[in-house]
Amino acid sequence: MDQILYYFFNWPLISPYLPEILQGFLVTLEMAVLTVVAGTVLGLLLAVVRAYGIRPLNWLLVVYVDIFRALPQLVIIVLAFFALPAFGIVIDPMPATVLALSLVLSAFAEEIFWAGIAAVPRGQWEAGRSSGLTFTQTLFWIVLPQTVRISIPPLTNRALGITKGTTLGSIIAVPELLNVSSNIQSNIANPTALTAGAVLFCLVFFPFVYLTRALERRYAPKR
Amino acid sequence: MDLIDTFLNPDVLVAVWPLLWQGLLLTLKLALAIVPTAILLGLLVACVLYQNHRLLNILVRLFVDFFRAFPPLVLLIFIYYGLPFLGIKLGEFSATVLALVLNGCSYYAEIFRAGLESVPAGQNEAARSTGLTARQALASVIVPQGVRNVMPDLASNTLEVVKQTSIASAVALPELLRAAQIGQGQTYSQTPLIAAALVYLVLLWPLVRVISRMQKPVVIPR
Repeated sequence: MDQILYYFFNWPLISPYLPEILQGFLVTLEMAVLTVVAGTVLGLLLAVVRAYGIRPLNWLLVVYVDIFRALPQLVIIVLAFFALPAFGIVIDPMPATVLALSLVLSAFAEEIFWAGIAAVPRGQWEAGRSSGLTFTQTLFWIVLPQTVRISIPPLTNRALGITKGTTLGSIIAVPELLNVSSNIQSNIANPTALTAGAVLFCLVFFPFVYLTRALERRYAPKR
Repeated sequence: MDLIDTFLNPDVLVAVWPLLWQGLLLTLKLALAIVPTAILLGLLVACVLYQNHRLLNILVRLFVDFFRAFPPLVLLIFIYYGLPFLGIKLGEFSATVLALVLNGCSYYAEIFRAGLESVPAGQNEAARSTGLTARQALASVIVPQGVRNVMPDLASNTLEVVKQTSIASAVALPELLRAAQIGQGQTYSQTPLIAAALVYLVLLWPLVRVISRMQKPVVIPR
């Protein structure tokens, strides 16, 4: 018991490092927000483009989505960081991670929005078109608002999964929460730093888990 | 041609291929150890939840929510670097399996729970009224139907779990990604990384296609 307290809950020992840990926490939050916003917007955009049904463009889209679904996030992060410079694009670890994760999220979001578009009853399209709206007007004013509503629960779920990927940035030395706390852990040879990091991670992600469950319940199809 | 020399250099490829092959085998071994265990545990957890035992439900829910909220890499670092302080020392392979099974089984449990709940209550009542015990009804009536209802989600979670094995590179387990990084260091070339990415694509693209097929096709009236 004493050992557990000494090694995992040794608050006096790590209190000098708290500002540093908080700094890492802020970097994690920043990355999470940037990833979710960029990934969702890009995903919605791709789904809209796909709705226009331009053949060659749609094939490209499917390939894009498949590639980002098939590759592990960490592989994409490592590629963005190590392979892009060979094209003359030198990119810092943090933007590289956000870029990689946003692309992954955009692929998943595109699929989710696309399924959402499919879930809007055909009659909605027909009603829109027969009241004189163009295809684009029907898509934007009638179908998309319903699509977004249907897509919210699966999207929050996926966004949660991918924002957890911000921790992968620690591998290419992004000074986010995991990186900072494991560095401190090895400096002071006491894993309380990891506990502190873990507590902060729970603080971010627990509400997210409950949010997804609440949304699922609220938007669940009636049985 | 410069591009091919940098990204898919044949000489480098030949030199690092044995390394990548070993990495691929290790990735497959990880997946084989993790996926079936996580699926079985997840199903077990969902069945426990289905029994609606009050105290047990609260505990199981906490377990599931905790491991769903916790990033798998943090869990792995904690298990690999934190637990030895308590005298619990796991190897890279076991630590990765433990972390990903805990994380994966919570996700599977959530999916199975949704599946079991999607079976109409009448099925359970009908099964019970024919004389099956609660356990028999669950095992031979509810579970088979519930699992069928969530097959697409199960498949896509399995894809995620297989992809997650790449985080083992953080504890220096030479699976496919780590092997590629070692190769990158030895050859000062990006080729091993690109090759590893291609191997992942070849391995997982079929699964992605299968999952896409499971969704109903989208038809937009024009």
